[in-house]
Amino acid sequence: MSTTTTRGVARPAPAKGSPARSRRGLRGNPTVNFWLFTGPFLIGLAIFVIVPIGWSIWLSFFDARYTVTPSHFIGFDNYKQILTNSGFPDSLLTFTVFAAFIVPTTWALSLGLALLVNELRFMRAFFRSVFFLPTAVSYVAAALIWKMSIFSGVRFGLANTVIGWFGADTIAWMSNPTPPWYWLVIVTLRLWIQSGFYMILFLAALQNIPAELYEAAAIDGAKRGWQTFRHITLPQLRATSTAVILLLLIAAYQAFDEFFNIVGQKATWAQTPLMELYKTALGTSQDYGAGSAGAVILSLLICLVTLVQGKFMGFGRGEDSK
Amino acid sequence: MSAMSNSNWSRRSIFRAAAGMAAAGTLAACGGNNGRGGGSSSGKNLVQYFHAYGEAGTEQALKRYAAAYKSANVSTNWITGNNFESALFAALLTKKAPDVFEFHPQLQLVKSGQVADLSDIIDPVKDDFNPNDIKSHTVDGKIYGIRMIDDPQFFYYRKSMLEKAKVDVPTTLDELLEAAAKLTTSKVKGVFLGNDFSAIQNPIIWSAGADTINDKNEIAYHTDGVIGGLKQLRTLFTSGNVLLDAPTDFWDPSSLNQGLCAIQWGGMWSMPAMQKALGDDLGIFPFPKIGSAGKPSVYNGGWSIFVNAKGNDVDAAKEYVKWLWIDQKKYQEDWATSYGFHIPPRTSIASGATKLKTGLAAEGVKLFTDYGHFDNIAYDQTMQTAFADVIASSVRKSGNPEAALDTCDKKVNVELKKLFG
Repeated sequence: MSTTTTRGVARPAPAKGSPARSRRGLRGNPTVNFWLFTGPFLIGLAIFVIVPIGWSIWLSFFDARYTVTPSHFIGFDNYKQILTNSGFPDSLLTFTVFAAFIVPTTWALSLGLALLVNELRFMRAFFRSVFFLPTAVSYVAAALIWKMSIFSGVRFGLANTVIGWFGADTIAWMSNPTPPWYWLVIVTLRLWIQSGFYMILFLAALQNIPAELYEAAAIDGAKRGWQTFRHITLPQLRATSTAVILLLLIAAYQAFDEFFNIVGQKATWAQTPLMELYKTALGTSQDYGAGSAGAVILSLLICLVTLVQGKFMGFGRGEDSK
Repeated sequence: MSAMSNSNWSRRSIFRAAAGMAAAGTLAACGGNNGRGGGSSSGKNLVQYFHAYGEAGTEQALKRYAAAYKSANVSTNWITGNNFESALFAALLTKKAPDVFEFHPQLQLVKSGQVADLSDIIDPVKDDFNPNDIKSHTVDGKIYGIRMIDDPQFFYYRKSMLEKAKVDVPTTLDELLEAAAKLTTSKVKGVFLGNDFSAIQNPIIWSAGADTINDKNEIAYHTDGVIGGLKQLRTLFTSGNVLLDAPTDFWDPSSLNQGLCAIQWGGMWSMPAMQKALGDDLGIFPFPKIGSAGKPSVYNGGWSIFVNAKGNDVDAAKEYVKWLWIDQKKYQEDWATSYGFHIPPRTSIASGATKLKTGLAAEGVKLFTDYGHFDNIAYDQTMQTAFADVIASSVRKSGNPEAALDTCDKKVNVELKKLFG
């Protein structure tokens, strides 16, 4: 769970301040009160979100190297460069594959954990906390533990020690991309950190399913287990699942921290779109123009995916108030 | 939200709260560490950026020199982590940019007007500098940075391990591969070239008899010799005789010191730490030659000091740089030889640096002189990144070196065109 996604969940809250304008204690002009409450937030939004987006779009049409106030207009050259002469298109492909794997896996694991914890008769709070705790760990800290302790390439790294018991030779888990063991390192880390958070979301949704539905099903002869899960639990979790999948998808596209620390920038594989953009704009070449062009392309793609997903899975329609 | 929906809140109290928040915001803006240090009697404040040197005492030393400067208050930002470039370049775009910073000579920094012309302060002592260190900082006759330290990079080896395995010091890349195989045991890997092999991306070009880019600023690395070297490195990478995913990278002496490998690529800065850990059981040799046309090579890296031409007080910054890196020879020698070993770029200091006169350090200086290649200011970071991709895709991955070099050519040519038209 990256911080950005968390913010995405929390962000709508201040908007609910608007009902306050009709409160008895605030007799003044409703317009003034409206701006009073939303103003600070809107100013923040403008300064930290809208202006940078506009600035990026503007930069993407300029030769902006080592500067963010360029003067040399170059049209679509940056777009051409980032799409034809860089690792950016490859990174999009890599990440479609990564997302196609990590999203269903995390979804299934979180749901599985939630179902298990939900069935517990005692110590439920304990297990809920245990599985949720890794969410509090930063990706960078976890990546360093994975990299330097668990999957270190020396013979006394944890993973190499374990395979050593079975007589296997040491493996360079991260340096050597054939076979691509680095995926094992990255996927285990991401599952460990993310699953707990989505488990909590599923757990909340599970506890919201009316018990009457299960009773009615039992009377109709449905067996506990797969049948009720398939025909009651899963459909009832539809709204939550949609939200979880959307969040996972965004998180996958935003992947940066663990890739940056585990795979590093000196590789031509497993470079996430954000790493490519970071390398281009903020790395040693300082090409803000090409970097911005890539960012614009990535933003458009994320918008597109979200819209398509919303269309097919109905995110944002009435049902998800559940 | 609960406090806000309390109906007892009056308009006045809300305005009071809002005013309070605004005041708090103003106060917050006043405080904080703005990197400018405290007030000084002279009123001039300078900020310098340095990457975190690994050797103990370096940070204190640098701050000590800065504190001794009386004409301005110099505060030091010591950037830890492996992303000094990102931190530096990001800061250079802002109003709180450093006035003075260390980096490597980069043509792009000159072209974009980021670094100030320092010819006037260097010219009087120009002859005292290693001519290569002047050349690598010169563009169109103007000198844009002062070399602080030269850092040759070469191989370190454990003499005892080579003797035990009856291995001679390798003089060709083939011999290095053989040595790695003989030296590898269940506990020790033969050779360590850094975790991603990018540390040797320049030496394999030079050892194959090629160059990064030539005097006419054209690609010079795309030769059969280099392709042969890349293929040999691929063999080495997959042989199982090379240390990979070590806890520390090539720039840290730990891998050799802790007996994880018998031969390690490293910088001269690591020498004191290695000698302390291994005593006399330590030798050095240059990157061996590749193919028949090749010759051994050593990468003469290093760090230089630059003045931010877009800084608030360029003259004060230049004055400070002149004071420390031209006038204060004692500090310059201390910086080069008291922590890690570095070679002072100034002849007058190098000739008096007794620590570099004997033993292994003297051998290091000899490798630096005999086989050293200096930075080419036009071979910039973008090109280096493009070549690092060649190493990644044809040495660490099984890609075809020819194809990888073609991809690299494309990127380097775009960059060359941007720089030279």
